[in-house]
Amino acid sequence: MKCLLSTLILTPWVGTLLLALTPRLSPKVSRSVALLFSLSTLGFAALAWSGFDPAAPGYQFVEQHAWIKLLNVSYHLGLDGMSLALVALTGLIAPTALLASWKLERDPRLFNLLFLFLQGAALGVFLALNFFPWFICWELSLVPAFFLIKLWGGPGASRAAYQFVVYTIGGSAFMLLAFAALFAATGTFDFVELAALARDGGLASAIPAPALGAIFLGVLLGLAVKVPLFPFHTWLPSAYSEAPTGASMFLTGIMSKMGVYGFLRILWPLFPAQLHAAAPVLLALALAGVVLGAFAAMAQTDLKRMVAYSSINHVSYCLLALFAVAGASSLNADASTAALSGALLQMFNHGLSASALFFCVGILENRSGGKRGLLDFGGVRTAAPVFAGFCGVALFSSLGLPGLNGFVGEFLVFRGVFGLAPWTAAIGCLGLFATAFFLLTFWQRVFHGPQSPAVAAGFRDLSTQEIVTLVPTVTLMFVLGVYPQLLVSLFNPLVTAWAVHLP
Amino acid sequence: MTLPVQLLWLIPALPLLVAGIGALTRHRGVALAAIFAMAGSFALSCLALAGALQDPSVHATYNFAWFDLGHGALRLGFLLDPLTALMTTMVTFVGTLIFIFSLGYMKEDKNFSRFFCFLSLFAAAMLGLLVANSLLLLFVCWELVGLASYLLIGFWFHKPSAAAAAKKAFITTRIGDLGFLLGLLWLADSTGSLLFYDGGQGVLEATALASLSGQTLACGLALSTAIGLLIFCGAVGKSGQFPLHVWLPDAMEGPTPVSALIHAATMVAAGVFLVARVYPLMSADALLAAVPVHALTVVAFIGAITALMGALIACAQNDIKRILAFSTVSQLGYMMLALGVGSSTAAIFHLLTHAFFKALLFLGAGSVIHAAHHEQDIRQLGGLRTKMKVTFATFAIGMMALSGVPFLFSGFWSKEAILHAAHEWDVSHLPLYAGLCAVVLTAFYMTRLVAETFFGKPRSHGAEHAHENSAVMTAPLVILAVCAVLLGFLGTPYWPWLQKTLDPHYEATHGGLGLMLLSIGLVGAGLGLGWALYGRKLRTTAAARDPLDTAAPAVMAVLADRLGFDELYAATVGRLNSATAAFADFLDRYVIGGLVTFLAQLGIFSGGVNRQVDEANLNGGFDAVSESVRGSGLFYSRKQTGETHGYLRVVAVAFVLLALVLALGGVR
Repeated sequence: MKCLLSTLILTPWVGTLLLALTPRLSPKVSRSVALLFSLSTLGFAALAWSGFDPAAPGYQFVEQHAWIKLLNVSYHLGLDGMSLALVALTGLIAPTALLASWKLERDPRLFNLLFLFLQGAALGVFLALNFFPWFICWELSLVPAFFLIKLWGGPGASRAAYQFVVYTIGGSAFMLLAFAALFAATGTFDFVELAALARDGGLASAIPAPALGAIFLGVLLGLAVKVPLFPFHTWLPSAYSEAPTGASMFLTGIMSKMGVYGFLRILWPLFPAQLHAAAPVLLALALAGVVLGAFAAMAQTDLKRMVAYSSINHVSYCLLALFAVAGASSLNADASTAALSGALLQMFNHGLSASALFFCVGILENRSGGKRGLLDFGGVRTAAPVFAGFCGVALFSSLGLPGLNGFVGEFLVFRGVFGLAPWTAAIGCLGLFATAFFLLTFWQRVFHGPQSPAVAAGFRDLSTQEIVTLVPTVTLMFVLGVYPQLLVSLFNPLVTAWAVHLP
Repeated sequence: MTLPVQLLWLIPALPLLVAGIGALTRHRGVALAAIFAMAGSFALSCLALAGALQDPSVHATYNFAWFDLGHGALRLGFLLDPLTALMTTMVTFVGTLIFIFSLGYMKEDKNFSRFFCFLSLFAAAMLGLLVANSLLLLFVCWELVGLASYLLIGFWFHKPSAAAAAKKAFITTRIGDLGFLLGLLWLADSTGSLLFYDGGQGVLEATALASLSGQTLACGLALSTAIGLLIFCGAVGKSGQFPLHVWLPDAMEGPTPVSALIHAATMVAAGVFLVARVYPLMSADALLAAVPVHALTVVAFIGAITALMGALIACAQNDIKRILAFSTVSQLGYMMLALGVGSSTAAIFHLLTHAFFKALLFLGAGSVIHAAHHEQDIRQLGGLRTKMKVTFATFAIGMMALSGVPFLFSGFWSKEAILHAAHEWDVSHLPLYAGLCAVVLTAFYMTRLVAETFFGKPRSHGAEHAHENSAVMTAPLVILAVCAVLLGFLGTPYWPWLQKTLDPHYEATHGGLGLMLLSIGLVGAGLGLGWALYGRKLRTTAAARDPLDTAAPAVMAVLADRLGFDELYAATVGRLNSATAAFADFLDRYVIGGLVTFLAQLGIFSGGVNRQVDEANLNGGFDAVSESVRGSGLFYSRKQTGETHGYLRVVAVAFVLLALVLALGGVR
């Protein structure tokens, strides 16, 4: 258990190396090897979960070693309730996405290799507590993501991949500069030390306010592009919709969480005063993401783009909650706890439902020879009732139907935001309405009515392997809808502490 | 033997279990399991009722933590009081009968087991809603009821009209639900709890109510009024009240047992139940004098408008199920009216009697439709009186109960209670007048429905060959018909058992005989008018014009078009919706996306400029430098000839020079 977190991050990378060194591996073996290494995360996450004490303050399973003495960089890993939830999510979504790409014909070895590389990088982001290793993983994740989109994506993949990577790197460049400036002033890259400095006023005394504001903006920009926060989101619809199914699932399930995680782990603890000052503007932007994201989804005729826009809407709920808490003018611990718990739940839930939805759209695309228009389908429910059932659960989970996972998170977000910024919550309800509208339109057009030519030509129901892919996710949707305590127990003490004084 | 409140969850759990099984298997046995589960829930409900009747003033609760939240937990709970117990008993009883009826009605459907799975899901959600002691749990079940209704309206989803109706129902009710959600959030934020009764800490208990009605908002409303009205929005959507009633008639696209169970007897009554459940909150502002409006006043007027409007539209419809649907809208309006004028007991009384006779009418209509080969247009039916004797007799009882035929029928007593309460309301008498008008209209359109359907000659192939259905379908009709008569005697002014059970402080008011006579006269007028227009001279062909249509074609056209609400919403809400969506898409594609593309192009352009500058100037400089380096290299390489004597010559000269330098330096 001593190097559990390092093992967690490195195991997928070992898989990458193994696949890279065995070019003659048959596709079948390479898939199994990749799945095995990918599943390792789930196993290690379970191990961490069993040894994790939610009530203990601070980080657990900490590993800290000096790395580059000259720059005071240390190799610092640690885990709290929030990161554990996200690591578990990665352990769940990544193998699912690999299973979803099982039938990929073109160079499966390279695909799996890149995928494991991506998985390791994402884990690094969730576990690193020093900017240096954190940023390395943050940027490294872009490399495999770029190739996954470009090489296996749809017709517009090349352009989408370039836009995605250039846009994100553009944001990261500002973040890198910002941290270089922080280092110059404080001499440390360590998140924990920096947060402590921010808490006791050391940061404010070391750096003049305008400079600190500029540093804040740099970090904000890097994270805002990644999440994405409205209006930095225009790379997302094309990247998500052009990516191959497995990559879309990982992008929406895990990578969008990296940004939200950054907001909670870095931006808020390091720059509480700046975030408080900027909160009204940011709150408005998050609200725009909630409402306009949902309405833009309503206008899409491409199913993958529709699901991509709904991702913008769903992820914006997390930011809405955070900004409402950070911008609160007076302490309302009940509302803050609810909002933050809701944001963390929403991160997990969105990972489940959005990746399941991308998988379902991928099936539609696969079965119909690349069609994914809203009007290309009809009557799928008669041809493939099992598929309709699974996709229906995923749609209603995304819609926030009580009894499924999505509701609990959204309810808590709204419960909190209403207490902190009532009008924001009231306007945000429009997003709930629009979401219901376009998801039901999706369901009605694709599954109901008479069969379209593409469906009547022969639409197979789910294969056993596809059912196996969906069952864990869909089961969790029910479990977390009825028994959210399973997840909440991980981070409730953490969030309770956050609500009163900053992390 | 009674059912303790700790085990109250068993009532919804039984049908939920069957729904879960039904989702996994397509075995036809699911239907029987569903019926047994429902009957089991009925038995449990009776035990619960027995317990609740022992002391009607007690709200027995069982609260538990759902999940940790902060230092405390988010708590849910179950509640057992006479309101809950009466409602669960009614729902499970009517539900069991409707399940049995469906055995026959859905026999040939290829998704037979799925139908019972969805019905069970509905029943579970509805019962969960009734036993909830938390507004949040109630909301959860409320939404699940909406889901079940969505699945059942769209049960024949291969029909585009059914799929569209299902979506319309879900979206329209969700608009109301957003108001409900906001009310719930506001309540949670201002009281810190969502439990109804919690040993003095609940939101329906004196402390919370006093605090809520004591706060005044900027608009002059009491906080409790604002929250109450927001919660009422949910009831408006679910109970098909004006202006969100538009989904209910379309919901008739579902199989008829669904219409009976969900869209007549139980789900649509959930809104009425909700208002009755949070009645202490809704009426918390009653004693405040300086507020612009009381929550219940709004409820009363919405109810009155709905009662009148539904009855008017029902007169101009030709589809047997749509007439009944608008009649439901109208009757729900009566219940809201009763709640609004302060008599929640009259509202629940009418809810219970209506559940029985409206389920009876819908199942009767289903029996007709099933026998007449899915013919639903009353102009195409006719002459079924002799062909379907049991259906006719029971339907006639239902019709008389709904019309309020005096003394023998339950609808008379419950409607009388409502009119009486409206009469006593001291704010305004307009709701009373609307209610009285609706009495005439109800008797009128029901007479028309019966005359056209059952009398005269069959006017289509389907009606020609109709014959009575099997006992599995007629037996529930008979049982419901018996209830439609007997139930009224539980709440007469002479023995107001039901009222006293629901409200221990209830005092029977005396007098009002004049009002009763007036309403009896109005029922008679409605029946007479209906018979005069449709009964005396029976329709001979399906194409013959309706006498009212001949008399006032413009009015009837507007009513047949349901007062144009659908068109109005399509032109306003619908268009606004698509416009916003188009705007959001435009903003993304062209404004923000355009800006990003512009910046990217700017980057590429400056890169191009940079390259030009590099190549023309900087590179030129570098080139010049490197040229000179190359030149000097050439120069030196020429010196490097490889001839030894040449090198030696250089070495010799160098030595001479070195010697000279050293010699001169040494001197110094």
